[in-house]
Amino acid sequence: MYVLRCWGLFGVALALSLVSSGPLAAGEIWVSNEKDNTISVIDEESLDVVRTIDVGERPRGITFSKDHSVLFLCASDSDTVQVIDPDSGEVLNELPSGEDPEQFVLHPDNRYLYIANEDDAITTVVDVESRKVVAQIDVGVEPEGMAVSPDGKIVITTSESSNMAHWIDAETHEIIANTLVDQRPRHASFTADGRELWVSSEIGGTVTVFDVESQSEKAKIAFEIRGVRPDRVQPVGFELTSDGKYAFVALGPANRVAVVDQKTYEVLDYILVGRRVWHMTFNGDESLLFTTNGVSGDVTVIDVEKLQPVKTIKVGRFPWDAAYRPSP
Amino acid sequence: MSWKHFESSWWCRLSAVACFGLALLLAEGKSAASEDLEVTIGYLERALPPAPVLSNLETIPTDQGLAGAQLGLADNNKTGKFLGQEFTLEKRIVDQDQDLSETARELLNRTNLLVTNMASEDLLVVADMPEARDALLINVSEGDIELRNESCRRNLVHTIPSRAMLADALAQFAVQKKWTRWALIEGPESEDHAYAKALERSAKKFDIDILGKKTWDFDADMRRSATRELPLFAQSFPEHDLLVVTDERGDFGRYLPYNVWIPRPVAGSEGLRPDAWSGAVEQHGAAQLQRRFRGATSRSMRPVDYAAWAAVRTIGEAVTQTKSNDPTVLRSYILSDDFELAGYKGRKLSFRPWNGQLRQPIPLSHPRAVVAQAPLEGFLHQHNEMDTLGLDRADSLCSMF
Repeated sequence: MYVLRCWGLFGVALALSLVSSGPLAAGEIWVSNEKDNTISVIDEESLDVVRTIDVGERPRGITFSKDHSVLFLCASDSDTVQVIDPDSGEVLNELPSGEDPEQFVLHPDNRYLYIANEDDAITTVVDVESRKVVAQIDVGVEPEGMAVSPDGKIVITTSESSNMAHWIDAETHEIIANTLVDQRPRHASFTADGRELWVSSEIGGTVTVFDVESQSEKAKIAFEIRGVRPDRVQPVGFELTSDGKYAFVALGPANRVAVVDQKTYEVLDYILVGRRVWHMTFNGDESLLFTTNGVSGDVTVIDVEKLQPVKTIKVGRFPWDAAYRPSP
Repeated sequence: MSWKHFESSWWCRLSAVACFGLALLLAEGKSAASEDLEVTIGYLERALPPAPVLSNLETIPTDQGLAGAQLGLADNNKTGKFLGQEFTLEKRIVDQDQDLSETARELLNRTNLLVTNMASEDLLVVADMPEARDALLINVSEGDIELRNESCRRNLVHTIPSRAMLADALAQFAVQKKWTRWALIEGPESEDHAYAKALERSAKKFDIDILGKKTWDFDADMRRSATRELPLFAQSFPEHDLLVVTDERGDFGRYLPYNVWIPRPVAGSEGLRPDAWSGAVEQHGAAQLQRRFRGATSRSMRPVDYAAWAAVRTIGEAVTQTKSNDPTVLRSYILSDDFELAGYKGRKLSFRPWNGQLRQPIPLSHPRAVVAQAPLEGFLHQHNEMDTLGLDRADSLCSMF
């Protein structure tokens, strides 16, 4: 408790000191470059890369702590999660992540990080304060997608080769259910109200929507693009707007992001982006969406209101994940 | 207690038990966890001594196929443990001079699901045994075109690509590169002849000219004389764009690249190779499969390993989806439109319903990198572009499906 309070005070102090120093800065979009071992930092206002930071090997999943004071990064080939000071770009410390961490999710309590260990068929739970492994949970082959319910009670791991979503009780770290989805699930996310879980299946070409309470399938969304071979349409990363209006689904080698109505599950539009679009993040007010395009090595900026791409930004080789932090 | 009373209370009890059971079933049915299911997969191999080759450097793994099947089994069980499904592998490896039928019969009495690693003649013997009538055999090693054509069997499907698929993949690449004038060197073995025939078939299909063809029949030790003899051997070929060689066992072909009369790339079983799989495949999550395989075996995954992995995963996937271990149920599911397998090749794999061949992309690679993956862009098909490789429905002479 004491430690927690200290951390909180420290965070507030840090935030205050940052706010008071320097001119008003825009927010930043941090992009992990899988095959460059770097992070590209994009300025929200100028939409230019303003910094490039060297990190561990094969950086993939990235996420900020809830107060944006540190960045967590899966350095997959270094077998570690790096904790980075976003202001200095320095690696503060490393968390024991288990082997080959790919994606992770930070619990709403800002303390437990749930990490998918792709090569070991394990989900590792790490306490980011004590930097200790709290639990390791056996899951299916090649765990990847990670999600946590808004109330913090359920954690989801999807396993790519077992084609299922594992529902984990966040308190006991026991699996409470396993639900099958289509081939090669890649990403999972709860809706903002916590009532639905969405899971994308890359090879199956679908997104499955589950009712959280009954853990039963509620809808399955398929995609069809004129002039694109059906098996090139591979749903990977996606983001749900917090107002419950849209879902944006990256379709990998189809080079498009699908816009889905979160309520009716109807596909409204396809937005052309860079090559092999992978993951994405919103800015703070969700007016802009930034997609990572692996093969073309760039980020497409989408205007969420107009549903149109507005800019392409060159980043490092094979950009993978993206995360936003407000103006420091 | 009167008899009537007894009867009614007996019924009460029975229906209560039934209701309780039903309630349990309903509760269970909510999530994917279901009744326990044990599935035994048989692995049957005819082990032949490795054919002698000129180079002494390379050790040929003796567990090709089996290692892939074992990895597939581990993958199945990691999935199955969440669904109450347990898979076991019963392996039987028969020597060159042992009786295959006897072993096959014994294994078929234990399971109707068989992964087979053997040549055509043996395979047909097993497939035609009365004990195999209701079995499902998955061929993981024989690329023979006839097995997918006139000699096809109802109980036999294939995860290893046919030679026609490999040759078509190379032909598509050559067309895309405009390397459409070929010279062909055929090895002395029957499999080399079969591969050469497949290449000739593909050349015709994709309008490629084979301008010269020679059979390698030297028996010199090429470690000493390759630089002298092979350029001379290739000297008589007319002008060509690509030198294609068939030498499946890897005997003389390795001495061809860079050592030809006119500077031309080498392809086929040497140089640029079309294969079910190679150690250089890494896209579409393949690096993970490669790492898992290497972790288990300390060697790289070969085409037969991949096909055996895919065979065991096919059974696993079908069992997961149908919740059955009955070969008839599994067979009809595997051949249906509903079946899909994620095979680390960027497209969902499925079986051709006209001959039981697993449709799959074919990587074209050299030892260090994948150069291209067929079907290549621009080769179109009205249903599935992977069917531009190998025997399409219209070409098929298989009438057993």
